[in-house]
Amino acid sequence: MRESSQPLAGLRQRIARLAATGGPESRPAEGWLASGHGAFDAAIGGGLMVGRTHEFFAADALDGASAAAFAALLALRTPGQAPLLWLRTVDAGRRTGHIYAPGIAELGGDPGRLLLIETADPRMLLACANDAVRCAGSAAVIVESWGKFPLLDLTAGRRLTLGARDAGTTLLMLRLNAAPTPSVAETRWSIVAAPSRALEADAPGAPAFDLELLRWRGGPAGTHWRLDWDKDEQAFRDAALSGAVLPLAARRTVHPLGAEAA
Amino acid sequence: MAPKPPDLPLVFAEKQRGALRLASIDARAQALGLRVGMPLADARAQVPELAIVPHDPALDHAWLDRLAQGCARYTPLVALDSPDGLILDITGCAHLFEGEAGLIDDIDRRLTRLGMTLRHALGPTADAARALARYQTRPALDEATAIRRLPVAALELEAEAATALIRAGLKTIGDLVARPMANIAARFGADAATALRRLLGDAPSPLDPRVTPPPVATERRFAEPVASMPHATRILTELVGEAIGELAERGKGGRHFRATFFRSDGLARSIAVETGHPTRDAGLVMRLFAERMDALRDPLDPGFGFDMMRLAVPRLEALAATQLKLEGGEVRAAAVTELVDRLATRIGRGGVRKFAAVDTHIPEQAQLALPAIDAPPPTPWSVPEPGEPPLRPFYLFDPPQVIEVIAEVPDGPPHRFRWRRATHAIRRYEGPERIASEWWRRKDNAGLTRDYYRVEDERGRRYWLFRHGLYDEKPDPRWYIHGLFA
Repeated sequence: MRESSQPLAGLRQRIARLAATGGPESRPAEGWLASGHGAFDAAIGGGLMVGRTHEFFAADALDGASAAAFAALLALRTPGQAPLLWLRTVDAGRRTGHIYAPGIAELGGDPGRLLLIETADPRMLLACANDAVRCAGSAAVIVESWGKFPLLDLTAGRRLTLGARDAGTTLLMLRLNAAPTPSVAETRWSIVAAPSRALEADAPGAPAFDLELLRWRGGPAGTHWRLDWDKDEQAFRDAALSGAVLPLAARRTVHPLGAEAA
Repeated sequence: MAPKPPDLPLVFAEKQRGALRLASIDARAQALGLRVGMPLADARAQVPELAIVPHDPALDHAWLDRLAQGCARYTPLVALDSPDGLILDITGCAHLFEGEAGLIDDIDRRLTRLGMTLRHALGPTADAARALARYQTRPALDEATAIRRLPVAALELEAEAATALIRAGLKTIGDLVARPMANIAARFGADAATALRRLLGDAPSPLDPRVTPPPVATERRFAEPVASMPHATRILTELVGEAIGELAERGKGGRHFRATFFRSDGLARSIAVETGHPTRDAGLVMRLFAERMDALRDPLDPGFGFDMMRLAVPRLEALAATQLKLEGGEVRAAAVTELVDRLATRIGRGGVRKFAAVDTHIPEQAQLALPAIDAPPPTPWSVPEPGEPPLRPFYLFDPPQVIEVIAEVPDGPPHRFRWRRATHAIRRYEGPERIASEWWRRKDNAGLTRDYYRVEDERGRRYWLFRHGLYDEKPDPRWYIHGLFA
């Protein structure tokens, strides 16, 4: 009787401990990945919480670049030299294109912080992601996948999230050409490219994003945002309304004159 | 060695049979009538002004060994031919230097820079090449003729046999070849026949290549073969511990560890792991080995057991004893390095990469993705102009993908395009940004110019398109999509 009750008591204790630490939500946030847009950050409690999983869906494959850039810019906004780990499968280069470091430099990010991890198949991608989230010292971990990802079920997602919570890393799941499935993510976003604020001579302007908050554990979802990226301020800001033609940015007209005077 | 006056004939002297004799001499001394083996006193009497250096065979050998080490750039199979020769097996290596002539030129150039005088020859076998290099006096059209013209001294027989050959009137190899081999063996000894057959390539002339011993190596031999993997892993842990201890004594860290498992049936299997930074962390090395063994497609099979295991550390780097910083910055950086090592061990060193900038205008060549385990130095990236939108895409297609484009005028900007079975109407564009081909790198100075356009379609997606070729370069230039902007 005693022999069997002792393991039972041990198990009970363990369950009690698990219940006390709870799920991934139990630990208070250690910080946020902020967008730099005050209202946007305030609406989701300060930004994307560090130590959690956040999902970015690009329902249409053509919006993949926008979703990827949004996630990368959020991570590269953080000060310091902590690397951004980017995991993808080797066939992603053919599907969505190779990550182009000069393009990241053009957005004001430092491509030297990027650590690219390319695996042969989704199974290895998941295995490497499990190691990557458990490595403290990264700015964020981006896991890019294409289409349905049957291996990423609730168990796998929870394992990743627990790893991120314990190591204090932020996991950004980039789901291209995929529809949302149940998960333990803190926030889930749908990202679509938005028409940019036109520049002189109707040239395409700074990157603009249409964001929809599909799910948020900390509050109501369903809010829409339209942001564009200001690389000089290293922050997101309100984008022009769709179709509206705004006056040209003052800086753009001033700059050539200044160059002439110099 | 005392500095010698520069313009004197140089001789090396050595004590032989109780007298100082010349061991080797330079070309000028030879021209003055000195010979190797001559007593030094005689030489001095003949040429009073001599630069004399004591002969040191060990130093000569060490120098030859260093040259052989350097020749590893040409081929992994380099053999020493003491005291003054190197034999390189260049089978399958010459094309890397644009042929045999290019390879010889390269060796010539490098060794001349070191002050060496070079005689070289190519041959079908190691012995033939060696004989040609040492005994050939006049050039021949092909190798077979050259070998036949060699003097019999090229066989390097005992003095008696060589004299016997000369007395018999056999002066060249060609003379010997004309005789039946059995007669030669009967009259001049089996050695003469063997040497001749080796020279002609009828008998194998094996090469004894110089092998670089790893700087640190530990091994275990077992009287009773080890048949269980867990046990073998434990022994590997011990070997790693010993190697790390030796590294610590030398103040070094390992970058490359190689474990070799010798099976009792004669098979051997090597498993290697690499780290991005020099390490003396036994736990880390063992984790990497475990990672590597898990990732093997063909798992390590002890079979009837391993009777020997060896751990070599071929690559060392200086690693001072360190103290971790208090604020933890070092610890975090170390965590990332360790992750790189682990992932590179699991998915291959090319799987984990960092970006480096390349100074070129050709977009697809402007970046390099280098293995992160080699810790490439950071490169400066171009700083974008303030106020400008991004001019380069976030994702790049390499190679670019063909699209169909409708433009209002042939030379004008695109109006709509079709890509991956969907049509996109262009609302905004900027361009062209004209990027010429790097004609100065091409032999024909040709190459098509590309006209790049940044375009935005009606749904707000931004693309990077280009027309490959101007209309005066090509009658019907094609359009490509090269990237996607954020």
